[in-house]
Amino acid sequence: MYTNYHPRWHRKPMSTYWWLERRSYLAFILREVSSVFIAWLVVFLMLLVRAVGRGDASYQQFLDWSARPLLVVLNIVSLSFVVFHAITWFNLAPKAMVVYVRQRPVPGHLIAASNYLAWAVASGLVAWLVLGG
Amino acid sequence: MAKRTIEPLLWLLFSAGGVASAMLIPALALLFGVAFPLGWLSPPSHEHLLAVVLHPLTRLVLFFLFMLSMFHSAHRFRFTLYDGLQIKHLNEVVNLLCYGGAVVGSVLGAYLLWQIG
Repeated sequence: MYTNYHPRWHRKPMSTYWWLERRSYLAFILREVSSVFIAWLVVFLMLLVRAVGRGDASYQQFLDWSARPLLVVLNIVSLSFVVFHAITWFNLAPKAMVVYVRQRPVPGHLIAASNYLAWAVASGLVAWLVLGG
Repeated sequence: MAKRTIEPLLWLLFSAGGVASAMLIPALALLFGVAFPLGWLSPPSHEHLLAVVLHPLTRLVLFFLFMLSMFHSAHRFRFTLYDGLQIKHLNEVVNLLCYGGAVVGSVLGAYLLWQIG
């Protein structure tokens, strides 16, 4: 659309580092970055499933491997990111789903609270199953 | 009529994966990534863990957890590149790598869970 007599569109150039300008922008980009760590944790859990399927020796090998300092650091960082994702996700839930009971909207904090409750139950169930009921 | 796109499906997978990963991954990562390696808790025996993984319901839940989390992650990472780093001229390549990775990962996860036992 650029011809000699046509004005150029004005587009303000944006810095590649625009997300460093404000805390809320930084929080946004950190939440976006959590995707990388979720992908890593899925890979990690798939390796665990593979090791368990291959027998006791493979499983012990996986446990030794997962105790390497570098891997523990990576997993602690990943855990922080996935918890950050979970908290921001559940806090946003009231905005994403509006539930009506008897034609009245259910207050947002109740929806968030029910999400946190479900999180606690799911985590408890995982721990109970893994640690041997 | 508006052009049909796959975008609504991708957003649906994104939010389903957002819920699944938020509900289940923190506990699993805390146990296997931190608590067992650091010796806070002793890891379960292989026999017990195998029995848990062999249960059809566990396998089904794990499959959906892996698949949905990967699509969630792919979708979010696509927009990280788009908004965060403003890589807008490589849309096709980025989309192919993100969603293609999620598809390949899901197939791999299904195969892993299928061939056990």
